[in-house]
Amino acid sequence: MPKRSDLKSILIIGAGPIVIGQACEFDYSGTQACKALKEEGYRVILVNSNPATIMTDPEFADVTYIEPLTPEFIEKIIAAERPSALLPTLGGQTALNLSMELNRLGVLAKYGVEMIGAKPEAISKGEDRELFKQAMIKIGLDVAKSRTVHTLEEARLAALEIGDFPLIIRPSFTLGGAGGGIAYNREEFESIVANGIDISPVHEVLVEECLLGWKEFEMEVMRDHKDQCVVICSIENFDPMGVHTGDSITVAPAMTLTDKEYQAMRDASFAVIREIGVETGGSNIQFAIDPKTGRQVVIEMNPRVSRSSALASKATGFPIAKIAAKLAVGYTLDELRNDITRLTPASFEPTIDYIVTKIPRFTFEKFLNADPTLTSSMKSVGEAMAIGRTFKESLQKALRSLEVGALGFGGGRLGGNEPIDDAIIKAKLGTPNAERIFYLRHALRAGYTIQQLFDLTKIDPWFLTQLKEIYEMEVSLQGKTLAALDTTHLRRAKQFGFSDAQLAGILGSTMDAVRKDRKARGVHTAYRLVDTCAAEFEAFTPYYYSSYGDENEVIPSKKPKIMILGGGPNRIGQGIEFDYCCVHASFALREIGFETVMVNSNPETVSTDYDTSDRLYFEPLTLEDVLEVYEQEACQGVIVQFGGQTPLNLASALKARGVNIIGTSPESIEVAEDRKLFAAVLNKLNLRQPDNRTALSEHEAAQHAKDVGYPVLLRPSFVLGGRGMFVVYTEEELKSVTRQVFDVMPGKPVLIDKFLEDAIELDVDCLSDGKTSVIGGMLEHIEFAGVHSGDAAMVMPPHTLSPAMLNVVRTATHALARELKVIGLMNIQYAIKGDQLYVLEVNPRASRTVPFVAKAIGLPLAKIAAKVMAGKTLTELGVTQEVTPKHWCVKEAVFPFVRFPGSTIALGPEMRSTGEVMGLDDDLGLAFAKAQAAARPGLPSSGNVFLSVKDSDKKTALQIARSLIEFGFSIYSTSGTAQFFEDNSVQVKRLSKISEGRPNPVDMIKNGQISMVINTPGGMIPRRDENAIRAAAYAHNICLMTTITGALAAIEAIKAVRTKPLNVRPIQKYRGNVVAVK
Amino acid sequence: MSAFKPALLALEDGSIFRGRAFGADTTISGECVFNTSMTGYQEIITDPSYYGQIVTMTAVQIGNTGINAEDAEALAPKASGLVVRELSPIVSNWRSTISLGDYLSENGIPGISEIDTRALTKKLRVDGAMKSCLTTLELSDKDAVRLAKEWRDMSGSDYVKDVTCKAPYVWRLDDPKNHNPAYVPFRTTLGITQPPAIKYRVAAFDYGAKHSIYRKLVRHGFEVLVFPATATAEEVKEHKPDAVFLSNGPGDPAALAYIHKTVTGLLPDYPTFGICLGHQMITHALGGTTFKLKFGHRGGNQPVKNLETGKVSITAQNHGFATDPKSIEKSGAKITEVNLNDGTVEGLRHTKLPVFSVQYHPEAAPGPSDADPLFLDFYRMVEQRKAGKI
Repeated sequence: MPKRSDLKSILIIGAGPIVIGQACEFDYSGTQACKALKEEGYRVILVNSNPATIMTDPEFADVTYIEPLTPEFIEKIIAAERPSALLPTLGGQTALNLSMELNRLGVLAKYGVEMIGAKPEAISKGEDRELFKQAMIKIGLDVAKSRTVHTLEEARLAALEIGDFPLIIRPSFTLGGAGGGIAYNREEFESIVANGIDISPVHEVLVEECLLGWKEFEMEVMRDHKDQCVVICSIENFDPMGVHTGDSITVAPAMTLTDKEYQAMRDASFAVIREIGVETGGSNIQFAIDPKTGRQVVIEMNPRVSRSSALASKATGFPIAKIAAKLAVGYTLDELRNDITRLTPASFEPTIDYIVTKIPRFTFEKFLNADPTLTSSMKSVGEAMAIGRTFKESLQKALRSLEVGALGFGGGRLGGNEPIDDAIIKAKLGTPNAERIFYLRHALRAGYTIQQLFDLTKIDPWFLTQLKEIYEMEVSLQGKTLAALDTTHLRRAKQFGFSDAQLAGILGSTMDAVRKDRKARGVHTAYRLVDTCAAEFEAFTPYYYSSYGDENEVIPSKKPKIMILGGGPNRIGQGIEFDYCCVHASFALREIGFETVMVNSNPETVSTDYDTSDRLYFEPLTLEDVLEVYEQEACQGVIVQFGGQTPLNLASALKARGVNIIGTSPESIEVAEDRKLFAAVLNKLNLRQPDNRTALSEHEAAQHAKDVGYPVLLRPSFVLGGRGMFVVYTEEELKSVTRQVFDVMPGKPVLIDKFLEDAIELDVDCLSDGKTSVIGGMLEHIEFAGVHSGDAAMVMPPHTLSPAMLNVVRTATHALARELKVIGLMNIQYAIKGDQLYVLEVNPRASRTVPFVAKAIGLPLAKIAAKVMAGKTLTELGVTQEVTPKHWCVKEAVFPFVRFPGSTIALGPEMRSTGEVMGLDDDLGLAFAKAQAAARPGLPSSGNVFLSVKDSDKKTALQIARSLIEFGFSIYSTSGTAQFFEDNSVQVKRLSKISEGRPNPVDMIKNGQISMVINTPGGMIPRRDENAIRAAAYAHNICLMTTITGALAAIEAIKAVRTKPLNVRPIQKYRGNVVAVK
Repeated sequence: MSAFKPALLALEDGSIFRGRAFGADTTISGECVFNTSMTGYQEIITDPSYYGQIVTMTAVQIGNTGINAEDAEALAPKASGLVVRELSPIVSNWRSTISLGDYLSENGIPGISEIDTRALTKKLRVDGAMKSCLTTLELSDKDAVRLAKEWRDMSGSDYVKDVTCKAPYVWRLDDPKNHNPAYVPFRTTLGITQPPAIKYRVAAFDYGAKHSIYRKLVRHGFEVLVFPATATAEEVKEHKPDAVFLSNGPGDPAALAYIHKTVTGLLPDYPTFGICLGHQMITHALGGTTFKLKFGHRGGNQPVKNLETGKVSITAQNHGFATDPKSIEKSGAKITEVNLNDGTVEGLRHTKLPVFSVQYHPEAAPGPSDADPLFLDFYRMVEQRKAGKI
């Protein structure tokens, strides 16, 4: 049956800001869906609060709303647009939950909107654990023994019934399994259950038989309305049950199943999708298998596209989201074509002749005090994927793709040969953690047998044996020199996935020498195709991975080519914003006649969609891997300034090896990074920066801090995302953190800046072609300087700075662009204290704010920059006039604190947010209110506010409290702040401090009696009390302000919401809503 | 790591692939083909349809789950040789009883690993399935190519006579002499039905039949009386079967005139179901012809569309020849199913007689079980015939 003609317009809900468990994979799937539905002629209406997405670029949907993802706002959009259908399955758990909420509230019925893809009944059956379990039992599938409970008492009974500890606790309807855990004893059980009941929106948890140590599998399944089902990909988890699949190393296809077991799982998958009733589209179904008996149980299903389906799409070349969108509007699988083979239909099951390995990327270093044990609650912030002809090759490529300093299974950080205490090895193997894979090598070094490794880790012996083979290869190379190594041995090592740098480390050589020598011996990289069919049919899509076989399958082309280096795995500080820029670069360069060659290792992204670039290389972003592609494709140039710090760190090394870096030169990048060179530039331009020093030792750091005077900002050089940055007020504080700062980039100096207190910070993004420069946007931070720009809320255009000061900023920006010979994009961070402008930092590259600015002014900055880098002038491109929006654009950040119990909740110079949202309105207060609503939870309109601030904020707090009372709120406080309010005749209700007695603020938060918390931390390391209050606010989804300026903005916004209507407006209608800056 | 013992694969066009030996120490020749299944190497190498063939697995990690007591499709492996990218050094599966390498050694079958199986597959795709020689002994390239060229052409050869049983027998679920036990997934009742009481007797021709087919027939209420390929229509009729089943098997379907004749003699009298070679035998018996595909269909992901229902099944396939659609236009049979990849004939149904057949493998093993209901269709057909309705 062809597509449905009764549907005219379709609403797609995006996934909102990037959070743990929901990253750019939903931009990838949503973008595919928008394109797929638009090409079918439907009017596509999109809503997503995340401006850093490709899907929210104005050309991808007919109408694009960057508005908060709440039922209230979406109802407004539905009322305005009257879509015929809602596709709920492409925006992750967020879109699914919202769609269910809209259905429950009767909004869909009221406006006659049909849910397509999955009906509400199917979604609740798939999502509700008890309904799901009953459905599974009904169709004859085995499930883990479990009970759903709502109280601690019920939970205790359930525990008795199920049997022995450990037991698993899963709260219902939480994202990525938040709040879940494994209890090994009664005490742990009670605390996890209590917390789980607390944070589950329906106050429900599942107590379940523990399948810890069982083998874990995933099936990616699709179904069409003719009930035709196919499996797109099977995935086996290297880490057995107990670790969230998002935190597991995973491998495709499944490695340790016989056909009988695989087919039983396939049959079960189809039975599940049919019984749950997902009519069309993709689902992810998880299974566990007891390695001793083969007992196979169904764990759960996601009745929507997921992180795993994005991985499966990249792993097989089968675009699940695109096909899911087409199936939702009535097509059947056999009516759709396989893009890659062109001649064969989409109604088939991909078969692959390579191994795909995905490894999660963690950032525990940013959440000190948080428990780094991996559990059923997801903690990773990104992932790298690699493809190899064997598991060994694939794993080693994935490990070096991770960019955690590993050169492969051995070599680099955590891959050394130093002796390691046996107790540490046992601990690192016995409890799942981010470094376990590296400790498996240490254990092999220490002589552990496969059996011992299995006993400790329960990782399948097949995988362990593969690791052993890699290690044995390493041993076989030890003691040899490059010259003495025979070519067969060298080729085998390359086939085992050893990088040249890794080999150099073992052979006592250099990466360059190994590379040169192996090429001389004819050991060349061969690129193979990802073709969905194991070479059975000819493939037309140039999607490649490297290997060391006989045949190179790269299809030659004569067009001029430019290579774009992606950002690798997402991490805090380097995420979707940079992928957005890379995708734009590819689109722009294709527009002006280049072939684009994308290199990236992140499977979540739009950049690794085979549609995005002319040629896609799914490869690690290391010097060797990038050079190989560059030479293979004979590229004319490489863009390094769009993928964040990853490609930037490669720039000089690439240039030294003859690579043509287009855009701003590596030398200019170096000038901006190097303290001395940069100071000279500022001097020359008569610009000031905070007094600063460079320290090479801890002792020197203390001395310098004294010289510039406290408070000082301490930071390592050459890092992104403010890793290891601290503001310290005393020498004591300084001494407690200096070591950490040095450890971030060993061997590199540490920078010490005079910290400007209560200064206004400003981010400026600028375009430059080397002669002309144009400011794209200026974003004023809401928080005072000292909060990382990735974490700060920002307002565009600047809301408090004077026109005169902005002109000073403009002059400085143009001067810097000229002096640094910037070609492409540049981001500058300024601080303004009084009338004085300070330059804090210059980054001659695309910044995190580029997509935000582009959406604010309606100009594709990254595209323009890419064309400039390829040789166009801004005059040629018609971009010479700075414009500024007539409306207000507010950026707010989103934090993962709820995933890291125990971590400090406060804003500081080290970036810890995972994502961002945008609030747009003609009124600043409303724009801020929208940004808050989008970042969740929104601002309250009534209720009780808990206010507790540091001394220096007390005066402002007074003003805030008076406004709140005027708006009808009640104020609660503890001793210090309460006394101050009473002294100033502000009515306040006193609460005990946590250390003083009950009821305390945490009790009130837990009882749902507080609707907003304003708490500004005192020192660098916040007091335990304060953090407990903030953690409770986070856990209970209560509006929390941790800076006084943020609180002030919130008051203005609450005021605005009380007096003015909140409306929605698509970005297409904001187009041209700008004024030229004179 | 065990010592590296070289092996060599030579193709008739002179190409040489050097790799690592496993399995038996020997030299064999055969037709080199590739299979794209990601699981099920045990079923594949024990499928008698691979007799005379050197099978290349496109899936790269082979041997991980070893060989177990339940999953074989014959009592011994039938393929001539095995080509893989990488052989697992260990076995990891609770059912496994022996490693793949040891199993092949015991049965005198050589294997080669650590060659570029993708390059080989592309060559076979572009140039077609080729005569080849696989050796794990010391043999010169020249001799290997010569042995490859000297291998008898598959076209025109009767391979069935080498794999069919010698005399008729009754196939029972509990008979270890004739087959291995069945695998029943642990504690899951999905798709597990109690076998019905045996109601009908089927005369099943063994052209190299897979155990799974017999097992499916028994599970669907048939007493399975197995006949050698050489049995005549008269011999079969003497046993008074209720129906006839024609199995899969190796080689060129055109070279089996004696079978064509037997089938022609049975079709008018018995409800008949044919799978793979059995389907091709029905084609020939009805006066149609078959032709050799360039590189065949071997794998578990072939989309087949049923022209009567419009539905697509993902099927397991293993065949190098196919029915010529033009040749059956006047045969009395119509095409019921086609392959969506290349449009070739996948199923036939006689318009007057209770006869139908499929080119693919509804018994799967290895592969998807989407087409499993065909066995029930067969049962119903016999039921209707017995009730005098057809």
